[in-house]
Amino acid sequence: MPRLFLLLTLLTYALSLASYLRFLYAGKALAGRLGTVFLGLGLVAHYFALLERSRGLHTVPYHDLYGSLSLFGWLLALTYLGLEFYHRQRSVGAFVLPFILLFFLSAHLAGAGSDRLPPTQAHGVVFAFHVTLSILAYAAFALSCVLSAIFLLENRLLRNRHLGDVVWRLPALDLLERMSQSSVLIGLISIAIGTVLGFIWVDRLTGQYWYYDPKYAVTLLVLLLYAVYFQLSRTSNWRGARASRLNIFNFIVVILSFTVVNLYLSHSHRYF
Amino acid sequence: MEIVLVGLNHRTAPLDVRERVSFTLEQARRAADELRSRGLLEESLVLSTCNRSELYGVPPETSHECAPGLSSFLSEFHSVRPDVLNGLLYQHYDRSAVRHLFRVSAGLDSQLLGEAEILGQVREAYRFAHEQGATGPVLNRLFQGALETGKRVRSETELGTRPMSVAAAGVKLAERVFGKLADRTALVLGAGTISEQVVSTLRDRGVAHLFVMNRSRDRAEVLAQQFGGSVLDWGNWENALLTPDVVVCSISAEEPILPRKVLEQAMAARSNRALFLMDLGVPRNVEPAAADLYNLYIYNIDDLTEIVEQNRHARESEVPRAEAIVDEHVGKFLSWQASVELVGLVDALRSRIREERAAFIRARLDGMTLLHPGERERMETLMDELLEKLLVEPAERLRGEKELRRKIQNVEALRDLFLAKKDKL
Repeated sequence: MPRLFLLLTLLTYALSLASYLRFLYAGKALAGRLGTVFLGLGLVAHYFALLERSRGLHTVPYHDLYGSLSLFGWLLALTYLGLEFYHRQRSVGAFVLPFILLFFLSAHLAGAGSDRLPPTQAHGVVFAFHVTLSILAYAAFALSCVLSAIFLLENRLLRNRHLGDVVWRLPALDLLERMSQSSVLIGLISIAIGTVLGFIWVDRLTGQYWYYDPKYAVTLLVLLLYAVYFQLSRTSNWRGARASRLNIFNFIVVILSFTVVNLYLSHSHRYF
Repeated sequence: MEIVLVGLNHRTAPLDVRERVSFTLEQARRAADELRSRGLLEESLVLSTCNRSELYGVPPETSHECAPGLSSFLSEFHSVRPDVLNGLLYQHYDRSAVRHLFRVSAGLDSQLLGEAEILGQVREAYRFAHEQGATGPVLNRLFQGALETGKRVRSETELGTRPMSVAAAGVKLAERVFGKLADRTALVLGAGTISEQVVSTLRDRGVAHLFVMNRSRDRAEVLAQQFGGSVLDWGNWENALLTPDVVVCSISAEEPILPRKVLEQAMAARSNRALFLMDLGVPRNVEPAAADLYNLYIYNIDDLTEIVEQNRHARESEVPRAEAIVDEHVGKFLSWQASVELVGLVDALRSRIREERAAFIRARLDGMTLLHPGERERMETLMDELLEKLLVEPAERLRGEKELRRKIQNVEALRDLFLAKKDKL
């Protein structure tokens, strides 16, 4: 049964990617709508795949790398779909879907890990929300990074006056910028709530509100950097390529926070 | 049932001839009426645009001789000597007439490949003729097919998507930067023909505010009035460049009107808010060195011409796909036409057989005096049953099986085979 959902998810995401690509290159509106429909179906199938996993674990599946990656992919897809509906723009789908697929594939197909993990102290609703919201925030930041990268690419083509076929299909620069800002806003709100929940949980667990983990400092830095981006990207002087570069830089910091900080410095944050 | 088309277009006739035989709406209505009242056509439709004048119709008889009648009608209607139109008119029947119309409506027959206006013009001509009652079942179906073809070609191919004029390419590029231009401001420097084209395109794309600046204020005012903009004083760059998102310049001047320094100051004053500059002047109105300023997008006439050229190639490469859609719809229409004709043919055959049977029985059974009336009735019924059985099944299959109808290409031959000339529909 779990395999069925995995295969279904893979199939629908792949079909969605194919449709979005067709929409981008051939400009067929129907292909774009199909992309959205398949992505929606993929989200549902992926949800059930995650649900299967959580039944085995009795919590949201973030206790291992595979579950975290898969959850990340799912939240990325969810955030993207939300943005697509809000901004009514489908040509970004072809750029986002490969990442969703990548996270899904690396999580589930490279080996699903063991279903049973050594019991940890990390349980409860507050903790579950802390992790889920944080992952949602990082998914939103990742999405906004992709949007900024497309912005820089298109901006470069337009500034150098080398227009290929794709330029006519990409969203307008202005829209890419607004999509990126909305995505960062989602990320900022979720990471703020997620972090507060994290502190509350630690407080309940240990009775002390603050014990030092380098992850705190990095997370606060990330929050600050994105707040700066959000503010600057709406001022004329920074609007455009500068803000987009800053946004990409921010995401590099996020990746560092995942890798160097989690692996070598933090005690309590293994995967996110 | 046949379709006939007589007309001329930009390929066959020079402009002065096209002007002389073009129809106003009122003339089109009158011509369509006259064609029917004179008995030339049973259904009629006049399609007249700046590039073509065409008469479509369904003649009362299946004869190939109605086209010359339509040609002379055309010259008579417009009081043009017939020899002027000699060799300029084309005539098409049935399949080739259908194909011609579908290609026209797809934009494949247009001077500017894939242009969008023609579909609207076909729709208008059809709506007009339909309201007037000039069209019938055949032309209705034909023009609905043409509109469907045109719509599909536009939605499924890129035949009409890329801008094909310098003005349109520039405005489309500005939309790449700003998205919809609805809440944007444009400033136009110069009031010549090119400026007018760009202003008109900008207005079409819904630009919110329009400012015009020209050395001679009078001409600027004419242009501003025509398109609902306001005039700014020449030379006050600081103010003029503060608000607009799109600036179009086409001024003939030896030196750049907008040197780098002016633009640098302007961008600083705007806090680097993005500015799209369309430089259509030769020599250039914008100093090329300004291209590296932050958030400034500069396109000159050569850049835009190159884009138009690329787009032309892109459009041409879409022609086979568009032609395939046209062919599909021509096939669809012809198979509809054939089905109507075939069903009509079978019905005619049945009524003819019924008549034949009555005559046959009269001739053969009248002599058989020993036959009991009951038996005679029974024989008649049996005969009827046999004949019906022979014909009902093919008739049902013709109604139901599309593929079969498509295979039967020549209904005319079938009719000749089974029905004597006098029985033709």
